[in-house]
Amino acid sequence: MAALTLYGQEVRSRLLLGTARYPSPACLQEAVEKAHVDIVTVSLRRETIGMQRGEGLSGQGFWRLIKQLGVHVLPNTAGCHSVREAVTTAQMAREILGTDWIKLEVIGDDQTLHPDIFGLVEAAEILVKEGFKVFPYTTTDLGVAERLLRAGCQLLMPWAAPIGSGQGISHRSALRTMRQSFADIPLIIDAGIGRPSHAVDVMEMGFDAVLLNTAVAQAGDPVRMAHAFAQAIEAGRTAYEADPMESFSSAISASPLMGRGKLG
Amino acid sequence: MTQLKVNGEWHPFSETLGALIKDLALDQASVATALNGQFVPAVKRDDTVLHAGDEVEVLAPMQGG
Repeated sequence: MAALTLYGQEVRSRLLLGTARYPSPACLQEAVEKAHVDIVTVSLRRETIGMQRGEGLSGQGFWRLIKQLGVHVLPNTAGCHSVREAVTTAQMAREILGTDWIKLEVIGDDQTLHPDIFGLVEAAEILVKEGFKVFPYTTTDLGVAERLLRAGCQLLMPWAAPIGSGQGISHRSALRTMRQSFADIPLIIDAGIGRPSHAVDVMEMGFDAVLLNTAVAQAGDPVRMAHAFAQAIEAGRTAYEADPMESFSSAISASPLMGRGKLG
Repeated sequence: MTQLKVNGEWHPFSETLGALIKDLALDQASVATALNGQFVPAVKRDDTVLHAGDEVEVLAPMQGG
């Protein structure tokens, strides 16, 4: 399987994993290790003063755990609804996490978590000028994709379906068109993948990687599910590189018709 | 009493952002700060004078997707 290069950084795994909603920090750690994940996403949230947080670790404790994993960290601007919020969050993330990678989310609609594409482009322009390497969470809109690339983004992260929905591919033809339109740009499917079969599907279509969180973290056995996704993503990529056959509307016998014996 | 709003809650006043992080018993290197919506780098905290009613955000890495 060919290696993937993101902003000049070669990564081995095409599975990017979110770190939220696991049953325990130990479970997250084991999922990352068993799936051989190279990149994990984290968010920035208010540090709770003088007490432990809900998911079992304070911010400082969580960061220690992530550092122990020895993986690349991709901070996000999840929950930001304005350009200003997203830019400030990115600046804070760069300082504390020591990376200029930023998964840029500017949310336009709370129900669907649909990106605010206008804010997304504006924030991307600002952040690229400030030296960030922007991973924009976007839709399959080709015009927006073009604007993001023009702003200086070197990759795109289109959704397959709404975040956390687990629906799989909502608009197959739109994803296929996007892949064909930006053949040389790394495209990472971010959001909407629920099952390994969905991941195989998008990888066979030629997408470069998949970012998951809920599909793994909320599985009955997150560690095994992370492993299943890793296998699916590798299989899908290998199949894409092997150039799958075209489908046909009628049957075509694989066995040769010439030379059959006259037996009846 | 003069107070500051820290992460949405009222806290006793500190003269500078650097002093506030110390008063909250937080590790300076483990949190990122913003004052009234503007990012304040760690190296500038000690020089950042606070005023009554200032809104400070103190963020740390957390679980995220």
